[in-house]
Amino acid sequence: MEDISLVTVVFMLPLVGFVLMLIFARNDDAYRWGALVTSLVTFGVSLLLVRHFDTSIAGLQMVQKADWITADGFTIRYYVGIDGISVWLVLLTTFIMPLAILISFRAIQERVPLYYMFMLIMEWAMLGVFVAQDLFLFYVFWEITLVPMYFLIGIWGAEQRIYAAVKFFLYTMAGSLLMLLAILWLGNQAGTFSVPDILAMLKSGELSFSTGTERLLFLAFAIAFAIKVPMWPLHSWLPDAHVQAPTAGSVILAGVLLKMGTYGFVRFNLPLFPEATKTFAPYFAALAVIGIIYGAWVSYGQKDMKKLVAYSSISHLGFVMLGIFSLNPAGIQGGILQMVNHGISTGGLFMIVGVLYERRHTKLMKAFGGIWKAMPLYSGVALVIVLSSMGLPGLNGFVGEFTILLGSAGSHAISWWFTAFAAVGVILAAVYMLYMFNTVFMGALDKEENKNLPDLRWHEIYALIPVLVMVFVIGVQASYFFNLMDGSVAQLVEHVNGVMSAAMR
Amino acid sequence: MNVNWFSADYLPWLILFFPLLSFVIIVLGTIRNVVASQVVAIAGIGISWVLSMILFAKAVWLADETLGEHVYGSAIDWLHLGANTFRMGVQVDPLTAYMLLMVPLASLLIFIYSAGYMHGDPHEARFFAYLSLFVGAMLTLVVADNLLMLFIGWEVMGFCSYSLIGFWFHKKSAMEAGVKAFMTTRVADVLMLVGIGYLFIMTGRMEDGPGFTLSFQDILRNEEMLKFLVNAQSVIWGTSAATLISVLLITGTVGKSSQFPLHVWLPDAMEGPTPVSAMIHAATMVSAGVYMIVRMFPLLSAGANFHHFEYNTAMYYMGIVGSVTALGAAVLAVGQSDIKRILAYSTISQLGYMVAALGIGAWVAAAFHLVNHAFFKALLFMASGSVIHAMEHGEHHAAEHGHPHEHHEEPDGLVMDYCAPPNDVNRMGGLLHRIPITAITMAIGGLSLAGFPLVTAGFWSKDEIIAEAWHGGLWNDPYPLFVLIMLLLGALLTAFYTARMWFLAFWGKPRTPAAQYAGPGWLRDRWVKWWNKQPFSGEDKLEQEHADPVTNRSAMLMEIPLMVLSFFAITGGWIGIHKDIVGKNPLHDFLAPTLLEHPEVVPFDFTPMLVSMIVALGGLGLGWWLYGRKPLAAGQTDPTEAALGPGIWKMLQNRLYIDILYRNYIVRPLERAAEKIVVEGIDRDTIDASLESIAEAAIWLGEAFKRFNTVVIDGFVDTTVEGIGSFAGWFRQIQTGRIQQYLLFVTLALLALGTLFLIQVR
Repeated sequence: MEDISLVTVVFMLPLVGFVLMLIFARNDDAYRWGALVTSLVTFGVSLLLVRHFDTSIAGLQMVQKADWITADGFTIRYYVGIDGISVWLVLLTTFIMPLAILISFRAIQERVPLYYMFMLIMEWAMLGVFVAQDLFLFYVFWEITLVPMYFLIGIWGAEQRIYAAVKFFLYTMAGSLLMLLAILWLGNQAGTFSVPDILAMLKSGELSFSTGTERLLFLAFAIAFAIKVPMWPLHSWLPDAHVQAPTAGSVILAGVLLKMGTYGFVRFNLPLFPEATKTFAPYFAALAVIGIIYGAWVSYGQKDMKKLVAYSSISHLGFVMLGIFSLNPAGIQGGILQMVNHGISTGGLFMIVGVLYERRHTKLMKAFGGIWKAMPLYSGVALVIVLSSMGLPGLNGFVGEFTILLGSAGSHAISWWFTAFAAVGVILAAVYMLYMFNTVFMGALDKEENKNLPDLRWHEIYALIPVLVMVFVIGVQASYFFNLMDGSVAQLVEHVNGVMSAAMR
Repeated sequence: MNVNWFSADYLPWLILFFPLLSFVIIVLGTIRNVVASQVVAIAGIGISWVLSMILFAKAVWLADETLGEHVYGSAIDWLHLGANTFRMGVQVDPLTAYMLLMVPLASLLIFIYSAGYMHGDPHEARFFAYLSLFVGAMLTLVVADNLLMLFIGWEVMGFCSYSLIGFWFHKKSAMEAGVKAFMTTRVADVLMLVGIGYLFIMTGRMEDGPGFTLSFQDILRNEEMLKFLVNAQSVIWGTSAATLISVLLITGTVGKSSQFPLHVWLPDAMEGPTPVSAMIHAATMVSAGVYMIVRMFPLLSAGANFHHFEYNTAMYYMGIVGSVTALGAAVLAVGQSDIKRILAYSTISQLGYMVAALGIGAWVAAAFHLVNHAFFKALLFMASGSVIHAMEHGEHHAAEHGHPHEHHEEPDGLVMDYCAPPNDVNRMGGLLHRIPITAITMAIGGLSLAGFPLVTAGFWSKDEIIAEAWHGGLWNDPYPLFVLIMLLLGALLTAFYTARMWFLAFWGKPRTPAAQYAGPGWLRDRWVKWWNKQPFSGEDKLEQEHADPVTNRSAMLMEIPLMVLSFFAITGGWIGIHKDIVGKNPLHDFLAPTLLEHPEVVPFDFTPMLVSMIVALGGLGLGWWLYGRKPLAAGQTDPTEAALGPGIWKMLQNRLYIDILYRNYIVRPLERAAEKIVVEGIDRDTIDASLESIAEAAIWLGEAFKRFNTVVIDGFVDTTVEGIGSFAGWFRQIQTGRIQQYLLFVTLALLALGTLFLIQVR
């Protein structure tokens, strides 16, 4: 057997931690710390991924393959690896998990062992999604992620948790079943499920689809991903899930789970169905722009902080989608960076909301006001995260949004009108974010029950500091993040455009 | 890499670095210690100022005329994005050097003043942190060598203005004003950002060009590039790329520099502490807007030949917006009672002069007026702060002297015609004897603003703008003529409202107890001695009054910067006097090489100078006639109000109802639409409801299947059903019980879809 790849190590570490905890952990604190240590070790090892990442390779690296199921017509393989597209998403996952675990230390007091077990399963499954290069393997992890999240919402959620959990589960699963059909069909045609092999066959002409088939396949994948993103108008599971989920659930949901959708577009839809991608690009860009404006507008009409943040995700992910369907390097790289940015900023926002919810057990904005006076440290942190989410230059959000706008404005695949409307979204982002900030943190501290709220506790501080650090690091040194993506994205764009021009000839 | 940080090429980095460092130190370290924060903040800007002066001196005396072409500067690769590279860098050319003369100096003085003004505020350390960040952002903007970095400074300032205007956020009106400022400018900023992005993309499309770039040197000093942009078709039919980009960039300035119709935020921004007003509305933020269009002028005027009175769309845009603003805001300034609001409208009006000046191609004059205005307006704002401070002090003392504390309700949120009592000029009077230094320095600033002939800075720069409009327009073209008339009328009103403000505040007898006991200013004892010796004081002898040392220290910290600034409010203009009068115009000669195509000097003409003298003196004279000759007595109606009649007066006090119009017809409907239409109508009742009905249908179908099951298959698989039943019973503890039906339906639907799909793709 060949050497174990670093990717496998990172991917399997949460599972190792899971097993160890199953064997050794005896009390709640052991589970808490066990999960935290596991996720921290995973993060530490995942940093090695970046260190060993070779920017000169455009394709996959640190690959590991093993046959899993072999049948007459096809093989299903354990096939993992990373490239410039997935490396930052893997890092995002390992970065967010320790924070999500840490922020739960006080909030979760019931069924503690089960909770942290689910957290580790969650991390394992999400990493699986980002490293899997075999369609079937990908699908397995794609579905596995639903289970822990379902229980996180269903057991530790707020009042209407059951409704939200079921809605979340069924909605996303209904979408992904179509994808399953498409995957099965593809696998049968190609005789393999591994994406690089299928791509090679497509390139050599060994495998080809008729225009209609390609479009149908594109849509089967796209619907699954679009529900996950979520794109307008398939978003209605998201606010319910977010509002009912515990803080850590929301952090993971917004921070990583939604990115599985956008990642899916980049990883599968674009390279596998380039011609259909080009055909559908304007439609998806249009939905993205509608999402940007719609999400922002709906956010502004909310009374519940968490719902406001949830809807703002729709707006932000609209930017990501717009970038991706610009089909040029600037757009896609901006899109990928914005996935990371959104994970950090919105994850941070959910933690911010969670801190207040834990203290006051309400998320209604009008229950607060003047919080800055009572909790200055907390409010200062909140301000930075709010600004990052609004895309203030110098912080992370701006770099992503700006490159996406550049990409979409210079795109040949979609009209510049999309850029113009997307820019409106940038204005609106400031509207709803400041609306929240003003109502909650500014104004007079006139509610008796808010006057003695304790400021941040140590575990909250440790969970929020990394977020702040990343907000500034990406804002100032985005170049480093783009460098790792360059090769892979360039290759992807070339591939998509190459097929496009071939088709036009 | 071996970098000599003190060479002129790298020095700009240090200039912007130190205030930002102060910000970081205060936030992370000294936030709980006021004195340390003050020291850190003042040290940061102080070092920046020293370095700026070194750089300025180098640019003036050590560099030659090629400084425009070979700027001081250095850059790093900031972002690689595919084939594109963004570079971040600094540059110092004559224009930047000129700005560096003003920005750090004015800011330093404002910092010192703040130490006095904010004394005793519980969040003083935070205030200094924001101020430091603000100045850091402004300096970034000034030394930036490309539009993107400029924009970063621009936006960070926008955020700081939000925080500083809303600094007293427990007041609802302050908070609302902060949001109003940020949102109004943000609308313009985003349009500007679109313009920047479009410019970036267009530069990359030029053949044999420098590639994708936003660098000033590559675009503004590159004739080929400008020609290319003028000839390139833009996405909007019939306009060139240059026009579209210019219009978008200018819109950014319209927001930032508070031009009509986006001027509404600035008067409300007076809710912030007064040093903030001096900072935002004189020295930095609003100046940044004008600085940007001064900087981008070669692009904005590309394709126009304004020396021969051919203008382009962008120039018409600037000229018309600027001159409408210059006159309109001056009209509004006449009808205000709040001392800060008078200055606010005055700022808007003066910025209008600069924008209009660029609209007719008076590039040097615009830059000249920008710097002069920053000095005298910072002076005026800080003086007004000193007045307000004194009035607040007076209010407390009046209560001690047995006058009942006047009770006034503060409005809940922004009210257009509300005027806080300490700011109300009608409640002042006679302050000359209470705060003599402030009175005198404010008179100097006011004369400069009004353009008092031959002596003041404001006269020379305003005169240059008017002279250029005169030269361009009088008999040639209706457009410069229009600008000229608007600006002259504006100048007349400017002089008038300045005189009105000064006489109402400082002249005559105190009209309220608060004014009578207004806090004694620095050196008042000397003034009293001097005054009582004068023959013209007559019966009007003053009494000495003991001021406690803390008050005195605050007053001193506030009034020293005023004295420094009044020096610049006068002499700042002497460097730019027309060369036909004094033989040499050093400012023009210094600034001219900034542009590729050196700006021309219009031939000297005595007529416009005479006209602007008459206008300034006329306005001041009218003010004196109405307010100085016979000072307003307590309880008397303002003569202007009496002359205009209550209807027009009310309209002016309500700012021509523009703000209310925006609120009622733009902001409110959007809010209501968000809540009623989008959230409830579309999101809840349409999108989510249709999902619900699918679920309902699923349940119904499930029920149907269940019935089918009981009727047809019942009894056949009893045991199995029991097994499932108990499983379901367990499952129900976690589920609603509906899940089976849901799943059943989903499976059925998928089977149907799948079959269809497989048939289709075969």
